[in-house]
Amino acid sequence: MIEDGNLDPTSGVALYRRMLRLRRFEERVVELLDANEIAAHAHEYVGQEAVAVGVSASLRADDVVTSTHRGHGHVLAKGADMAAMFAELMGRESGCNRGRGGSMHIADLSAGIYGANGIVGAGAPIACGAARRFRDSGQDRVAVPFFGDGAMNQGVLLESLNVAAIWRLPVVFVCENNLYAITSPISEMAAGELYERAAGFGLASEAVDGMDVLAVREAAERLIERARRGEGAGFLECRTYRFSGHFTAERGRDFGYRTAAEIEDWRRRDPLDVQARRLDGEEAWGTADRAAISAEVAAEVEAAVAQARAAPWPEPATARDHMYARTYPGLPAGPRG
Amino acid sequence: MTREIGYLEALNEALLAEMARDESIVLIGENIRGGFRPEAMGIEEAFGANRIIDMPISEAAMTGIATGQALAGGRPVVHFQVSSLIFPAFDQLVNQAAKLPLMLGGQGHIAATYLVMGCGASGGRAGQHSDSPHAYLVHAGIKSVAPATPGDAKGLLISALREPDPVAVFVPAVAGAIRGPVEAAADPIPLGQGVVRRAGGDVTIVAVGQMVADALDVAEALAGEGIEALVWDPRSLLPLDRDGLAAAVAATGRVVLFDDTARTCGIAAELAATIAERCHGSLKAPLRRVTRADVTLPYSAPLEAEVLPGRGHLEAAVREVVAWVPGSSSVPG
Repeated sequence: MIEDGNLDPTSGVALYRRMLRLRRFEERVVELLDANEIAAHAHEYVGQEAVAVGVSASLRADDVVTSTHRGHGHVLAKGADMAAMFAELMGRESGCNRGRGGSMHIADLSAGIYGANGIVGAGAPIACGAARRFRDSGQDRVAVPFFGDGAMNQGVLLESLNVAAIWRLPVVFVCENNLYAITSPISEMAAGELYERAAGFGLASEAVDGMDVLAVREAAERLIERARRGEGAGFLECRTYRFSGHFTAERGRDFGYRTAAEIEDWRRRDPLDVQARRLDGEEAWGTADRAAISAEVAAEVEAAVAQARAAPWPEPATARDHMYARTYPGLPAGPRG
Repeated sequence: MTREIGYLEALNEALLAEMARDESIVLIGENIRGGFRPEAMGIEEAFGANRIIDMPISEAAMTGIATGQALAGGRPVVHFQVSSLIFPAFDQLVNQAAKLPLMLGGQGHIAATYLVMGCGASGGRAGQHSDSPHAYLVHAGIKSVAPATPGDAKGLLISALREPDPVAVFVPAVAGAIRGPVEAAADPIPLGQGVVRRAGGDVTIVAVGQMVADALDVAEALAGEGIEALVWDPRSLLPLDRDGLAAAVAATGRVVLFDDTARTCGIAAELAATIAERCHGSLKAPLRRVTRADVTLPYSAPLEAEVLPGRGHLEAAVREVVAWVPGSSSVPG
């Protein structure tokens, strides 16, 4: 269930609010990492919010997404529960995955989220399989694999583009081109334009300003509804930027692959500001108060953190649970048999 | 009613029966329609084109598609034409299908079956078409069975098709030449239950998958000399019938493991470790392993014979174990 407060979910204000939720969530995640309340590291979604929100705004609750290592935004935008997400990151039993997945594997099957994924490109065929199942069983559901520019060089993703084309699957591939595969610039890593590759497979393919939530939503809606009608798979390249490093471990370090000026240029295109300026110019905030929205979101985040903190840790004796839906004597084995 | 039919025909019977029983089952593979594969005969005619899906040559996507189908409520059967083709799909098998259930924390399960055809050598197919890759998937935690006979092929595939988890079914490369008695009814053989193929009191041969037939031949030959070998077939590698294994070992106290997977960290290595942990008191001699050598399978016939676990190797190992008395060398001869 996507949280919009009291707003009309189709409004531009609601899109702004959704992006703000992603932003504040991610900022809080970094604080909790610094406080050792969340383990390891996180791949921040800050800067790319327009993509997850714009695409998800065109999806139904029963549509399916697969996500990436940088997945918090997709998962939250598709409708996962914020408190369950914090609980998952904190390793708690009440987490989306009962504390078994963590940041790179958050999933909520009940919300159509087949999971963030730690392997670049790996979600694409999974989304295609779901789409094939939907089509073959007469359901008009759509599957959207999110992935980055780096994934465009994974064989399995190219295999998936081909399959989606020859089977005319209800799939829309969403490529978040944030210009860098970790530290490697796309100009050195990828030949040609990414969306043209998909066009080469015969997919309906577009490139869009990934910093503008309305532009993303409009393009996504075109492609998603087309796919839903059985007219074939689509591909949407969203040109975007991550304001932070590849992951939290990069903070405070400068690996020199991006200039401060480049980052500053992109920050001036912050998707939250782009949408806020649009709403200001159109005086479209209506009765909504920007400060009130901000306070609501901050309160939601704090309540979710408090709920997660209060949640119990998993029982150590359950560490082998869920490996199999059906177990056998000795399976799965433990450290001593 | 029992008839004598071929191994691939038995697989086909299992697929047809289960696909009729469970309409969520879909067969997906390369070159799978149109009669090229005996195990897939009649499926399109019986169930339509949406239940038998021909893939482009894209093993990774094929395996990931199956995971997506399974998460969306389907029950895919992924057909790998040759065992070595699991390697292009390895990420989707190991990082995705095998790991997702636990990582999802019980939100869903992946009911997928991997029909891994062409396991082992069959003469001259060389390095990239002769693998016995069982241990790779067992190591990844994928439930695995290695049916040796047509009857087991049918019964174990039926069980795999009713299991709520990924299951690999390893089919011998020589399956086309294997015939045997098969029940006409679609009766499952449970995972995790081995079987005594031949009774004997002098030595126990534990034979895996395609090695079972050779083990039985060697046992018959040795019987002529008064050596009676018990032949035990685990059938299921994960879960493994540890109690059945221990009983088979205890029956003679002398053990030879006969397995076509790699010597190092292969299936026989796991069996040996299990025996060492559980059967110390019943062993009368050091156990012996006869496995594939730890090299890529060479093409030329005399070289191939040298590195595969053969009847000659087995016979020598059995004689050595039977003759062993305290004080003999514990190093394989």
